[in-house]
Amino acid sequence: MHIFEFIRPTDPAAAIAAAAQSKTAQQGADVRFMGGGTTLIDLMKLNVETPDRVLDINRLPLDKIEATPDGGLKIGATVRNSDLANHAKVQKDYLVLSQAILNGASAQIRNMATVGGNLLQRTRCVYFRDTAMSCNKREPGSGCPAITGHNRTLAILGASEHCVATNPSDMCVAMAALEATIHVQGPKGSRAIPFGDFHLLPGDTPHRETVLEPGDLITHVTLPPPVVGSKQLYLKLRDRASYEFALVSAAVVLTIASGNITRARVALGGLGTKPWRSPDAERALTGKTANEATFRQAAEAALRGAKPQSENGFKIELAKRCLAYALRTAAAS
Amino acid sequence: MRDLTRREFLEKSLKTGGALGIAASGFSGQKSEAAETVMRATDGASELAITLRINGKDHQLRIDPRTTLLDCIRETVALTGTKKGCDHGQCGACTVHVNGRRVNSCLSLAVMHDGAEITTIEGLGTPDRLHPMQAAFVARDGYQCGYCTSGQIMSAVALLKEPCGPDDTAVKELMSGNICRCGAYANIVAAIQQVRKSA
Repeated sequence: MHIFEFIRPTDPAAAIAAAAQSKTAQQGADVRFMGGGTTLIDLMKLNVETPDRVLDINRLPLDKIEATPDGGLKIGATVRNSDLANHAKVQKDYLVLSQAILNGASAQIRNMATVGGNLLQRTRCVYFRDTAMSCNKREPGSGCPAITGHNRTLAILGASEHCVATNPSDMCVAMAALEATIHVQGPKGSRAIPFGDFHLLPGDTPHRETVLEPGDLITHVTLPPPVVGSKQLYLKLRDRASYEFALVSAAVVLTIASGNITRARVALGGLGTKPWRSPDAERALTGKTANEATFRQAAEAALRGAKPQSENGFKIELAKRCLAYALRTAAAS
Repeated sequence: MRDLTRREFLEKSLKTGGALGIAASGFSGQKSEAAETVMRATDGASELAITLRINGKDHQLRIDPRTTLLDCIRETVALTGTKKGCDHGQCGACTVHVNGRRVNSCLSLAVMHDGAEITTIEGLGTPDRLHPMQAAFVARDGYQCGYCTSGQIMSAVALLKEPCGPDDTAVKELMSGNICRCGAYANIVAAIQQVRKSA
């Protein structure tokens, strides 16, 4: 592991000031915030992340889950995944989020991992994690061996000729479907970023994964007020039953009145270069009868633009079945 | 002089090494009451002063900030019951409790836990007075080679206080972060269920 300076900032302002000296934003940067460390320390051991400074933000006052005045929920950036998933209000009103988190990682890692860190979770692409290999995300311009190599678990939506890495987060898929907002404090003040605008497609800059700028500190995430009577489900399909990343996953939030779908939110995981909200699937559901034909049409719509890599054509059919099954199960719940 | 046991040899050599390490290294860390800690480790030999309360005993340590909690427990404090398996959070052999919650000690830096209360397998029970979970693992034959066992038991003890459904499926799900290459899973689940049912 590279040598680094360990700093425990006294307050968010000190953390931001220290991080603002970084040449680039959080991921891969020379100054890094440390939350649970479950991704960052792993990648530091592999010399994939080599920060000069590590800012321990675990003792900053960002660890609360609170109701917002509008009836939504404010979740601090250092709230641990297990605390969020087991929070009574999350289990009651945002079930899809609880399910997504509990489907991710292990009990130990959920006790460590933070909300802010999960938003910045890095890909599991084997070439990214191996410094002996080229990787445009790790070393811009060096090439992408995954495109002609081992890409079974990689992306079929949102990929570019420079990068096909999948976003591995489960939590983010649920937050996309719940239309969360990410709140950031930076050297220029604070701002609120709609979830769908936070992660970037790889394009020709795959090393840039989010809109964060140097010094930006994620302080909290807000969820809008719960949709009364909504039916929610997170379904994750993977190579083993637990403690494994998704091949494909689906987060659905449906409102059904008299057999008709009046509101639908759909996001997919394990197959996109970012957490993949599907407005096409939502349009195919909204205003339609909640039946098998509608669910299949939504699944077709969600995968319409999918482009398989050499090893993962199976993901297209798997994702369609995953989404249709999730919609069917949620509707019947 | 009688032969040293392997454990005694490890303890002696680790403690000696640790003492030499402190004497030889330049300590440049600053620590203020305001809780801002700045550690400049640019020369590769700098160390940071921390206190860990491990199994009820305070340990005042000086460590390189790169030291994981796992390496600190094994190499600096010489408690070798906690095992290093994959060293990347994928196997669970390194599971310990920090402030009562189970974590992968390999994915955490020791300096992040200054002031924390840590429990390792050595803090659960003794050979004469086993923790009920340790006794259940013996009674149910919940291991073969034993390498993953301390992590399995630390996870299982933490599970007793976590939200977990009554059936085996729920236990298996919550134990999925602990890999057993021998495949003692069935007996591990039986041991955990024995303790849960007798509680």
